[in-house]
Amino acid sequence: MTAAVEPAAADAPTGDTLVSVEGLKIHFPIKRGLLVDRTVGHVYAVDGVDLRINRGETYGLVGESGCGKSTLGRGMLRLVEPTDGRVLFDGTDLVGLKGEELRRMRRRMQMVFQDPMSSLDPRQSVDSLLVEGLRAHGLDKGREQTGKRLRELLSAVGLPSTSLRKYPHEFSGGQRQRIGIARALAVEPDLIIADEPVSALDVSVQAQVVNLLEDLQEEFGLTYLVIAHDLAVVRHISDRVGVMYLGGLVEEATSDDLYAEPLHPYTRALLSAIPVPDPLVEDERERILLTGDLPSPANPPTGCRFHTRCPWKQATRCDTERPELREVLPGHKVACHWAEDIRAGRIRPHEVEAVLVEEGGISPDIPLVGPASMTEALNP
Amino acid sequence: MALLEVRDLRVVFQRRGTEPFTAVDGVSFDVDPGQTVGLVGESGCGKSVTSLAIMGLLPSRGNKVTGSVRFEGTDLLTLNDKEMRNRRGRDLGMVFQDPLSSLNPVIPIGLQVTEVLERHRGMSRKAAMVEAADLLGRVGIPDPQRRLSEYPHQLSGGMRQRALIAIALACRPRLLIADEPTTALDVTIQAQILALLKELVRDMGTALIMITHDLGVVAGLCDEVNVLYGGRVVEKAARYPLFADPRHPYTHGLLASIPRLDGARGEKLVPIKGSVADNIPWDHGCAFAPRCPNALAVCREVTPELEAGDVRSLRCHNPVLPGTPAAQEVPA
Repeated sequence: MTAAVEPAAADAPTGDTLVSVEGLKIHFPIKRGLLVDRTVGHVYAVDGVDLRINRGETYGLVGESGCGKSTLGRGMLRLVEPTDGRVLFDGTDLVGLKGEELRRMRRRMQMVFQDPMSSLDPRQSVDSLLVEGLRAHGLDKGREQTGKRLRELLSAVGLPSTSLRKYPHEFSGGQRQRIGIARALAVEPDLIIADEPVSALDVSVQAQVVNLLEDLQEEFGLTYLVIAHDLAVVRHISDRVGVMYLGGLVEEATSDDLYAEPLHPYTRALLSAIPVPDPLVEDERERILLTGDLPSPANPPTGCRFHTRCPWKQATRCDTERPELREVLPGHKVACHWAEDIRAGRIRPHEVEAVLVEEGGISPDIPLVGPASMTEALNP
Repeated sequence: MALLEVRDLRVVFQRRGTEPFTAVDGVSFDVDPGQTVGLVGESGCGKSVTSLAIMGLLPSRGNKVTGSVRFEGTDLLTLNDKEMRNRRGRDLGMVFQDPLSSLNPVIPIGLQVTEVLERHRGMSRKAAMVEAADLLGRVGIPDPQRRLSEYPHQLSGGMRQRALIAIALACRPRLLIADEPTTALDVTIQAQILALLKELVRDMGTALIMITHDLGVVAGLCDEVNVLYGGRVVEKAARYPLFADPRHPYTHGLLASIPRLDGARGEKLVPIKGSVADNIPWDHGCAFAPRCPNALAVCREVTPELEAGDVRSLRCHNPVLPGTPAAQEVPA
């Protein structure tokens, strides 16, 4: 675990910034029609996100399914094509890169996926899975040296060297995730984007992988972007956390600040909804129950995206003006018009009438509401 | 007498040419009206198979169910298919994990709710439709009248789960089994569904069996908790003593391995070493022994029995002493 980043340093564009995302938008067209593809609308998966990740830190991205967190992660690696905006990786704008240049940059940023079973080729042995990346980037320097490197990798992720000749199905879920991490590590990246790295694992195994990620960061000086819906896990491993709602960041702060004093109404509701494994705490806790569902990202509400479900919604501004992410406390950014008033208790929460989520303009075979994630919706 | 008495329930799966596999190995527990009992454990611990066995939903071939499941004195395991069908949906309701795969995709929601009402309460289609709209409204679905004619894919995940709960509750069952009802949902929706279940138990006096892997959910909802490991109950206690003072090394380890939202940050998590694949059979020892930080030589030789005490029942030769901090990390 790296030391907490100074709030001031987190903001200034110093040489410490590894990745900086500026006004990133990723929109997916919704097509209809049998012979002619008519674009009937867009899914605004990521709609104007600015964020900055410093070298050596862990940035956590949380939000519910469909908020665009996975798409943002993929867009940063250009696994999906951004519609607009810039992604500066160590000073180079990735969005303009093509062919060989992009391919060479990709060595420096790797991804760990959620489901290790579907992201590892069942017909490739561990040996071949790990060597593939090395070869592609010209790091395979003879059998002896590569063999040594592979054994190093396996021991770094806590697998026996006999694993090399085995296939993914011979491993348990936790071990498979270790293979996925070893594969990402193989090409000595600077940045690892981990998309829900532990959510497919059993509770007792989750902690093993979380600890492994922390140890590896210390050992290799890695920078992480961890995308997860489990706020307890994100809080545990992140230095700074960004909360997403419907394609935009609504709050960003250091992990401790965010959990100690959430300022955005959505963050408050989200934190209060997480069960704590302690009956005494559970009995005492006050829950902010949100009514209704996440609105469709193809037809986002006007103004503040959250105003349809917000218990602190005010009569003015909320439904007309989209709030900017602004610094309310040092190092603590919030996208809410009324953050100061809510913090001071001048605005009290009120009842919210559940609003029907309409399927405006979305073809029925893309389930955009509900538990299906964006990733799932786009790769059926 | 409790509403449901499960005694020594055992489910053995057998396929020709393979060793028989005991998924549930002598599980016993009681459920009283208005009480919520939790079955907790990781994947493969037998919690779902237990619920399917109670509901009589296991396939008719390839498995053997023994023991007894007494519901108001009647052993459900001795009932034939027809008698069981009359009970399911009327006395026993069930909510499954994935609402999309448990609702019929080509039948409107309304028809799926009225089906139960017509079958068990002998209502006419018309009366059933009125009742169905009322039910959907009660579980918090906005504009229920319109939702009746919609198909499952038109509802969001949370709404589908609510529809499923409405179907399960249509005949006011005295026992509701919820098998990971919130696992597929987002946390804010999970909070809504849990609040709904809590309210139903309180208002209707329904007995609830809550099956989950999430200890946080258990802490907020269950009166009594059974922790399962390898098909057997390893620790059973009311929720306060269980969470305040977990005695079985597995329960203790589980609680130490999850990051807590209200705990101190920056401390290392203490994982349980290995995985479920390391289990040894219960026949000659404790299945958890290979992963247990407290294991003694006797743990691999003698099967521990479930010993009932004042506050809890415990299946362990060398339990964690009260007040012990999380065990030190053992290199895997």
